[in-house]
Amino acid sequence: MTNNPQLLEATLDELKHLFSPRAETGETMVLNMGPQHPSTHGVLRLIVELDGEILVNTVPDIGFLHTGIEKNMEAKTFTKALVMTDRLDYLNNMGNNLTYVLAVEKLMGVSVPERAQVIRVILAELQRIASHLIWLGTHTLDIAIQSMLFWCVREREHILEIFEDISGQRMMTSFMRPGGLWRDVTPTFIEKVEAFLAYLPAKLDDYETMTRNNPIWIDRTQGIGVISGETALDWGLTGASLRGSGVALDIRKLLPYSGYETYAFDVPVGQHGDVYDRYWVRMLELRESLKIVRQAIDRLKKLAGAPVIADDRKVVPPPRAELGRSMEALIHHFKLWTEGYAAPVGQVYVSTESPRGELGVFLAGNGGPKPHRVHFRTPSFVNLQALPLMTKGHFIADVVAVVGSIDIVLGDVDR
Amino acid sequence: MTTLEQTLTALKARFGDAIEGVETFQGETTVVVSAEQVVEVLKHLRETQALNFRFLADLTAYDDYPDEPRFKVCYQIRNLLEPLNLRVKTAVGGEAPTLASCTAVYPAAGWQERELFDMFGIAFTGHPDLRRILMPSDWEGHPLRKDYPLGYEEVQFTFNYDAIDKKKPYAKE
Repeated sequence: MTNNPQLLEATLDELKHLFSPRAETGETMVLNMGPQHPSTHGVLRLIVELDGEILVNTVPDIGFLHTGIEKNMEAKTFTKALVMTDRLDYLNNMGNNLTYVLAVEKLMGVSVPERAQVIRVILAELQRIASHLIWLGTHTLDIAIQSMLFWCVREREHILEIFEDISGQRMMTSFMRPGGLWRDVTPTFIEKVEAFLAYLPAKLDDYETMTRNNPIWIDRTQGIGVISGETALDWGLTGASLRGSGVALDIRKLLPYSGYETYAFDVPVGQHGDVYDRYWVRMLELRESLKIVRQAIDRLKKLAGAPVIADDRKVVPPPRAELGRSMEALIHHFKLWTEGYAAPVGQVYVSTESPRGELGVFLAGNGGPKPHRVHFRTPSFVNLQALPLMTKGHFIADVVAVVGSIDIVLGDVDR
Repeated sequence: MTTLEQTLTALKARFGDAIEGVETFQGETTVVVSAEQVVEVLKHLRETQALNFRFLADLTAYDDYPDEPRFKVCYQIRNLLEPLNLRVKTAVGGEAPTLASCTAVYPAAGWQERELFDMFGIAFTGHPDLRRILMPSDWEGHPLRKDYPLGYEEVQFTFNYDAIDKKKPYAKE
């Protein structure tokens, strides 16, 4: 914090309109929560106004993790800017990669081979499972069940090992590239994913039993943080936070990408729009993701040996083996990695269903090799906006439950 | 059933000259609207039963510096039933940029407008709580503007020596 008293006073003054007049007389208490609070899932600061233990107002203060990713990407070529997307939402690296490369492909008009699309779907769904496992672990840790986090991290480790196997990285994978994938998956990939598919359902049964049959869990979640479907749509909520309120909106169904329209899966919805329904929707989504991965693995077996990256040499760098044989390939390799490819003037908006909701990328080209503007419509940012609505009138302890239930990642909020 | 063509025809009939043009690019449709009328157009799209653009997916802007008007604000709206995607775009000039807030039509725009205020310095009139959101409240400048350097020291050449010297942060006098 600054030592300048004038500045400090001005800042508090700026916030006065957000609290009730009772705060000025001392009738209610204004309290700071975070940004280092363990249950704010990162560096979220909440300024809460309390009447006893009841919340009158909640004011989220964000930006502690702002790293200027959008500005940084404007200084890199389209291909090189990809590495920044991993760092946005650190629980959805593959999904961020996917959304960004879909936007670049749309801008450049590149089509992706089928095998690459199938692998993309598998990886995006495994990432969703990994993200939901961390959500389940931290959410239950916050409210009722401590040991769940250890188990969830243990199951997630299987997925991270698969990612490390194919990309060399557990989290910052940068595995998807405009036009397809960085390289083909390893020969043991299918075997490992199938082993995981066989392993997880029994564990999910256990975790469901542990939460649904736990009276503390039920008490802390049912009827808490209620938001109606209409209000949720008004406030731009997406993902499980919206589906918990009974609106069956899923980008994978609404605006399918990467061939999602060809997979059979359901979109689970809740009824009451409370913390419990959002929890239950995510639990069901885990099973749906397993269902999608199972179908995709069957397709992958049939597509053995097919290419995993497009053959468009004006966007996709040539394979290493060709450089020694072909002068053309060498020139393309050099030009693509030093200068990049020129994008047309125009804007595209692409969205995918991230574990948290609609992740959108707005990408503008200006005829040069670098993005004119990249904007991430991140689900955490938009969903967090509705937190004050959901927490009003509840106990301060319930803030933790509601924050957990909208499943924010602060890297995603602050970008 | 509504299609994008029908939507555009309805808009042109209703707003006339305020609809400055229609762009299509890679299968996406953008309708360019004058800055004075943009909130009215959004309200019409949101509230007319037949159009039903219920959902504001994204609100962002980009900077075409040094062209004028430099800022282009893009509203990405969606009809959830069909589904239809439409981008409404409006241009805002660089001299004290202001635009009417659409929070009354789409509450979701609240934080996104704050972000544009923070990053581009576009002031949204009628916004209930227009403060910086990502940068600290005492931050100077608007980082996503094209004339805002990415970091490091800006290189001074003969043609822009004075312009850069003026905004350099070292002690003067």
